[in-house]
Amino acid sequence: MRRTADCVIVGGGVVGCAIAYYLARLGIRNTVVLERRFLASGGTGRCGGGIRQQWSTEENARLAMRSVRAFEDLSEELGADIEFLQGGYLVLAYTDEDVQQFTKNVVLQRSLGLEVQELTPDEARRDVVPMLNVEGVRMATYCAKDGSANPFLTTKAYADAARRLGVEIELYTPVTRILSDGPRITGVETQRGTVSAPIVVNAAGSYSVPLARTLGVELPITPYRREILVTEPLERFFDPMIISFSFGIYFRQAKHGSVIGGFADPEEPGGFNETSSLDFLVTMSKKLVHLIPALHSVKVVRQWAGMYDLTPDARPLLGPTDGFEGFYQASGFSGHGFMIAPEVAKLVAQHIAGREPDIDIGPLNARRFAEGKVKAERSVV
Amino acid sequence: MSAKDDIVICRCEDVTHGEIAGAVDSGLRSVEEIKRVLRCGMGPCQGRTCSRLIARIIAERTGSPVSEISFPTVRPPSRPVEIGTLAGKRHEKNR
Repeated sequence: MRRTADCVIVGGGVVGCAIAYYLARLGIRNTVVLERRFLASGGTGRCGGGIRQQWSTEENARLAMRSVRAFEDLSEELGADIEFLQGGYLVLAYTDEDVQQFTKNVVLQRSLGLEVQELTPDEARRDVVPMLNVEGVRMATYCAKDGSANPFLTTKAYADAARRLGVEIELYTPVTRILSDGPRITGVETQRGTVSAPIVVNAAGSYSVPLARTLGVELPITPYRREILVTEPLERFFDPMIISFSFGIYFRQAKHGSVIGGFADPEEPGGFNETSSLDFLVTMSKKLVHLIPALHSVKVVRQWAGMYDLTPDARPLLGPTDGFEGFYQASGFSGHGFMIAPEVAKLVAQHIAGREPDIDIGPLNARRFAEGKVKAERSVV
Repeated sequence: MSAKDDIVICRCEDVTHGEIAGAVDSGLRSVEEIKRVLRCGMGPCQGRTCSRLIARIIAERTGSPVSEISFPTVRPPSRPVEIGTLAGKRHEKNR
């Protein structure tokens, strides 16, 4: 393991590996990525893999649209198949509030150049998912260019490409403390010794909270367990990710054929928890069989859980940390880190490398909470 | 190439000895990591057949004893269950 580096990135998820890759592309190659277990073993490898551009805030829509453009070329750029598939996203509205919000969202999304359609329930069934039960559905929005990719293969592709550019990635190396000399960052202490570096990037998902605390920094992030299941593989019968905020569900058919999906339990208490529950299995099955009755006889083969690193406005924490020199945040992705990772990682890398970022990440700094400049993202599932 | 290359180790997902050996040689060191790249152990049997065989291949190629190879977390359900069974007979609307 290198003992000195220009930059240490804590967290071997998609965000940490992508930042390492884009930094190396900008010429900062003496970087060490430290991961407590293995690549994508945290939030990245547990997520549903969806890539959505239909957001309620301009900021998220822009980040997601630019990320989709990156995803479109990523397999070729990184030299490995990441299973990117543009099967679309079908978003179902059930309530008055949904309909009002979706109508606003579509105006915003179209103003940014996103091709999104408003569909009646019958059109959604006729044109997009013939097996869908649209009972109770008021309207739907559909963007054909939304899609999905394989989170593990994407992370591995970024990691391998970063390694080829000179980045070192150390697995099974938990970071125990960030080191500083007054406000100046000097490195990290790990279970395998220290690494000196003037820049430390905190990309540790929910674990970014205890990590920042070693410097006395309290990040406004709460971990929430989110559960998910996968079925046996089936012949392809629908292409899009189907989601609803009010019904509470997201599910898609993976490239491999299995149906994969979950929902956020509004009663779920905050805290570190990655255990699976029977309640989830039962409720999710009821939701699935309601929306697609034909799934009745399909078998669930596995369920698991991961954690959302949720911020009060469901927007990530990016960029430098007030009171420190060289301490950067890239966490708090609130359940949609995978889909915006390419663009966000590029912006954070540009900032660290002293370039002018393509998009100003200032509004996503954690100091927004102290300043009261908070505009919450509403389209969170 | 070796004579073992075409032997199917994961019967649910059709993953061969050659593919698993290649994954180990590329630097993957646990059954869980190999599972996430090659899907072995993600099928209906959930790795009951192949996990030990994969651990043995890792051990053979890295020189570590099998007892030091880490296995994937065992995930519920313990056997595949129909969604309709889990949802109950009356699929009451879950709204």
